[in-house]
Amino acid sequence: KSSVQTIGEEQIQNPYTELLVLKGHQDIVRFLVQIDDCRFASAGDDGIIFLWNAQTGEKLFELHGHTHKITAIAPFSSSDASEEKSHLILTASADRTVIVWDCTSGRQVQKVSCFHSTVKCLTVLQRLDVWLSGGSDLCVWNRKLDLLCKTSHLTDAGISALVELPKNCVAAAVGKELIIFRLIAPNGSEGWSVVEVKHLVDHQDNILSLISINDLTFVTGSHVGELIVWDALDWTKQASECNFWDSSVHPDVQPEIKLSQSPNETSVKHLTSDEECVFAAVGKGIYVYNLQMKRVIACQRTAHDSSVLHIEKLPNRQLMSCSEDGSVRIWELREKQQLPAESVPTGFFNMWGFGRASKQANQAAKKTQENTPMYFLELVGDLIGHSSAVQMFLYFGELGLATCSADHLIILWKDGERESRLRSLTLFQKLAQNGDLKLKF
Amino acid sequence: MISAPDVVAFTREEELEDELCSEPALPEEYSVPLFPFAGHGANPWAKVASSKFTRDFILISEFSEQVGPQPLLTIPDDAKVSGTFDLNYFSLRIMSVDYQASFVGHPPGSAYPKLNFVEDSKVVLGDSKEGAFAYVHHLTLYDLEARGFVRPFCMAYISADEHKIMQQFQELSAEFSKASECLKTGNRKAFANELEKKLKDLDYTRTVLHNETEIQKKANDKGYYTTQAIEKANELASVEKSIIEHQDLLKQIRSYPYRKLKEADFHPYEPERTLDPASAGCDQDPTTSDPTEPEETPLYAHLPSYTPKLIKAKSAKCFDKKLKTLEELCDIYFFTQTLDQLHHIERTFRGDVCYLLTEQISRALLKQQSVTNFLFEDVSFLDEKPPEKQYRGCQGLSQDAVERKCSEESPAPKVVISLGSYKSSVECVPIKMEPDIEDPQEPKMSESVTFEHQENLDYLDADIKGSISSGESIEVLGTEKPASGLTKSESQASLPVSPSPQAGRSKVGSRRTVSEDSIEVLSTCPSEALIPEDFKASYPSAINEEPYADDEEGGLRFTPKRNPDDADDEREDVSKRESLAQVDSACCIGKESPNFLEPLPDLGQKPCDEDGVVRIPPQPYRQAEQGPRGTFGDFPSHDSISGGLLPYELDSRYPTGSRELSKSSLDECSDSTSYISSAASTCSDRTPSPARAACQAGEKHKKKAGQNALRFIRQYPFAHPAIYSLLSGRTLVVLGEEEAIVKKLVTALSIFVPNCGVYAKPVKHWVTSPLHVVDFQKWKLIGLQRMVSPAGVNVLHALSRYSRYVSVLDADSKTLRCPLYKGTLVSRLADHRTQIKRGSTYYMHVQSILTQLCSKAFLFTFCHHLHLPISEREPEESVVNRRMNFLKLQLGLANEDIKIVQYLAELLKLRYIQEPGQGVNPLLRFDYVPSFLYKI
Repeated sequence: KSSVQTIGEEQIQNPYTELLVLKGHQDIVRFLVQIDDCRFASAGDDGIIFLWNAQTGEKLFELHGHTHKITAIAPFSSSDASEEKSHLILTASADRTVIVWDCTSGRQVQKVSCFHSTVKCLTVLQRLDVWLSGGSDLCVWNRKLDLLCKTSHLTDAGISALVELPKNCVAAAVGKELIIFRLIAPNGSEGWSVVEVKHLVDHQDNILSLISINDLTFVTGSHVGELIVWDALDWTKQASECNFWDSSVHPDVQPEIKLSQSPNETSVKHLTSDEECVFAAVGKGIYVYNLQMKRVIACQRTAHDSSVLHIEKLPNRQLMSCSEDGSVRIWELREKQQLPAESVPTGFFNMWGFGRASKQANQAAKKTQENTPMYFLELVGDLIGHSSAVQMFLYFGELGLATCSADHLIILWKDGERESRLRSLTLFQKLAQNGDLKLKF
Repeated sequence: MISAPDVVAFTREEELEDELCSEPALPEEYSVPLFPFAGHGANPWAKVASSKFTRDFILISEFSEQVGPQPLLTIPDDAKVSGTFDLNYFSLRIMSVDYQASFVGHPPGSAYPKLNFVEDSKVVLGDSKEGAFAYVHHLTLYDLEARGFVRPFCMAYISADEHKIMQQFQELSAEFSKASECLKTGNRKAFANELEKKLKDLDYTRTVLHNETEIQKKANDKGYYTTQAIEKANELASVEKSIIEHQDLLKQIRSYPYRKLKEADFHPYEPERTLDPASAGCDQDPTTSDPTEPEETPLYAHLPSYTPKLIKAKSAKCFDKKLKTLEELCDIYFFTQTLDQLHHIERTFRGDVCYLLTEQISRALLKQQSVTNFLFEDVSFLDEKPPEKQYRGCQGLSQDAVERKCSEESPAPKVVISLGSYKSSVECVPIKMEPDIEDPQEPKMSESVTFEHQENLDYLDADIKGSISSGESIEVLGTEKPASGLTKSESQASLPVSPSPQAGRSKVGSRRTVSEDSIEVLSTCPSEALIPEDFKASYPSAINEEPYADDEEGGLRFTPKRNPDDADDEREDVSKRESLAQVDSACCIGKESPNFLEPLPDLGQKPCDEDGVVRIPPQPYRQAEQGPRGTFGDFPSHDSISGGLLPYELDSRYPTGSRELSKSSLDECSDSTSYISSAASTCSDRTPSPARAACQAGEKHKKKAGQNALRFIRQYPFAHPAIYSLLSGRTLVVLGEEEAIVKKLVTALSIFVPNCGVYAKPVKHWVTSPLHVVDFQKWKLIGLQRMVSPAGVNVLHALSRYSRYVSVLDADSKTLRCPLYKGTLVSRLADHRTQIKRGSTYYMHVQSILTQLCSKAFLFTFCHHLHLPISEREPEESVVNRRMNFLKLQLGLANEDIKIVQYLAELLKLRYIQEPGQGVNPLLRFDYVPSFLYKI
């Protein structure tokens, strides 16, 4: 029996009533990246990059150039006000190359193939107009694809994630370590250089996710479920939460966890944040960590049937998650009604059908009183279309939602009402254009 | 000897029946089922029983120069069809209404024999005694061995129902023209081949003679010529002359399509139904074929083995030789194509005339509904090419098709004549042929052109005098002398398929013989005076009357003027109309169906007026008035005639093809032998081919689907929600173990599935693999196999996973899982207590309700203010309210019915806004609504 919350076929709040299947990829699609308001790129294990129109689902370009799977993708838009805004994307592949593509013409602009190892992450520092590639070492490139400087060989495992910090610094996740580098811009005769500033070894296991929240803080999450909030200026630990799954928080599910607990169940696969909270995809669950209160304020311990791969905060307190189980779920963060404190916990858990024995629930009630979440995540809709793990999704606001999956497909989910309205509009425009509105004789 | 054919206009139904009733019934007739057309949707009132044949058939006859008129073959090729009907007698009849001022031989002032490219003539004639009425299409084929190089043939569509012939004249004419064009194309090809062979023979003969003369010259050094030598020289000279003559003929025949092509109205034969890619490209596009391509290749390619024969000096014509059969006269490919076309005609015009008419009318109406017709109509019908397309000749063929064809055929002999190569032949042929005629080639061409002009003038002249063409031939037959000494054995061996009894034919053969003079007479009697008085009177009605006549004060129209409203009333009762129309329709062949078929502006048309007939408001155009009425009643009313516009002027509404059209009708008037028949052909070109081969299969399918659907709604109490699912675009999966049962259900339900585009219906009859979301996007009705195996588990798992997108009809346990339906629309569509018994009837019932539904969807889609705010500040909610009010109050839809119309409207929108070039991305629309499980 699955303990996953389900929602019936009646989903009033789910706006996505129309879908478009975009076919093109021949292997797992792992990355979606937004180019501008209505375009996005997709890439995956087949080494092909597709550019799509998010409104019509039209395939704009098919970019061939990589011979192996794509390992990282980053949009790289010029910020020059004088020129017309050019949209470029950078793609790194397991064939140890990085290619710059022009999204307007669909052509390969340039290709770099002097890497010693696969580039696993790409970051663009708009402010400095450079980009970084992270593999077994960290390289700094300018727009013309000149190598400005690079670090020495770091590890064989290589950099798994990079994030920009203030003061020309970047944080790189290398295995369990977090290394802070500082970029030194050219000064007189000297060229660019990159210096290792700090080595942080607080994580017990590999760092899987690394995001910057604001200019002052960034967050890391590791494979064993540690979440650390760092100060972005002096790189000190502000807070850490390493017991999401801990029995002390959720004593009621303790027996089960002990049986099934494996690192995978607790690994922090993805993090996202808004100003107040960090949203963490931990194992099958979703946790909302409040930065102010420095504690988890809401959670959905088993949000999906299997690992959550990507989460995103939507406007209006909604949260979206996708998972290996092939579904995308839409959650809403709701404030728990302040009923008499004593009765809440049991009610809360029973309400979600966790169906524990009442004895356990009672025990739990006593323990959880202090740190009961004040919010809860309510499932408001789910999107079922993919037949395999949904790797990632891209929220386009009004335009809809693009999801990519291991079943080689990309699905565009759209608001049927809106689409219908738009079609009517187009129809009458076309009528007027064709002159069919007038009687023609 | 030969009684004058009594022309249809003068026959009366009563007389006919009286005569026929008195006839003794024939046992053979009773051996066939009483109601032979039951399977073809005909009605029991078909007047077939009164005639000597059981059903309509096509007869091909020839006026043989040896034995006179003789039947060659019938279609269908079945002795039972013609029954006791005397084909020989009827052949005599139809061939005697000959037609063409065939003028072959040496025209005065011309050195060489000229081929005359005669237009076909189209006549209707009847024989009340035989109870047979026929559309007769005369044509001439070329034969080198025949007198004047021509062999007159005719194809006749013979029916017991004169109204059918009359009312379907346009269509028959169009279809037979196609067959004729095909046959003639093949004949020209064969004729050219024959000429080439002959030329080689002659060339060889000349060489031989030349050598002999040289030898004689050398042997003879006496300085004077022996008589033998002079003879040889004469012989050589005659061979030289013969060569030039034949070369000239070859050039004429080859340049024919080129000359014709310059006239806009020439429609080269183009196969309609592409059976295989090879036959698809049989007519090359002149613009795509390479003009520099050497012409010789196709013609000489398959003659390498031909060894020239020596031609005896006096091998002229003799009567004891066997004439070529029709098959030999025509290239085999084109011959089979022609037969196919004739079979197609036979199938098309089977059944009762009112059925045919209704079919044509609804087809024509539907064609105008270009915005909505794709939803529930036959895909095959929509695929039919629009009428305008026919003007483009063979342009429609794509380059690659031609290339493919060429590459496929290159090793084999080219049996196909390409127009392009014809065209180029004019430039290239002389090089390959004798060098000495290279020079005169250009003048020749111009000469032939002027000749044609002259010809045209003659015809024009003849036209003004009236339709004399048939008159001449009748006169000829009348003056024909009885046989000179031809015996039975000399009669042409008819094709083996000929069902005619041998005795009968030879009787004709012995009685009617042909002498050279009679042909002379035929070709040189252009005077109206030759027409017997009683014939003259009957002509205008016997031969097709055209809307063209309108500009002649409408005086030529023999139609009784009817009250415009009558036609509308009569539609209620077709049979009643039939009886009323009987007298009149005889005179009125030039019916208005072409007008009808002209696409009306889609949106300009009001959905219906008080008569429930589609009309177009502005009056000046006759079509607006006549469109519906003229077609229903076939009686153009007086007021519409007073519109007084020529047909081609009316056509100038078309942005495309209007020029060609007007030109073509003018050209044709000036060019063809008979003015009236030419006008007929102009109009017939606008007529789309009516029903069609695909329909035969479609008809069967409809019937079967209707029956199955009827059974389904009677058997399953939850038929309504199932049908609702289909109509609202929710995929219905029919799950079952047995393929036959599932497929049957799918067939039954498929009639409720709206089409998404121009492609085939989104129905998948049988699937064995797990379904995916892509399948729901593509298919709206799926038959799914239930298996008891691990794979089967996957199938079911996928089904439950995607349960929100599908309704599942379990054929094994007889359950249905789908959303609730509380509307009223489907109950009208599928009433389990319906009195309808027959599948095809039920199919039509469904179609009619679906058509209503379409019109609602159309209204909903195209009402501007239902979708867009009236003023800029109007909030979206009020638009939504207005929309819902319209659906509920104006369209009278309740509950879930709204969803149906909304879905159809979405399909209409998608279709309308779809850019022509790009395929539309299929969308999957769905609702988050709960499903319920229905059980029996």
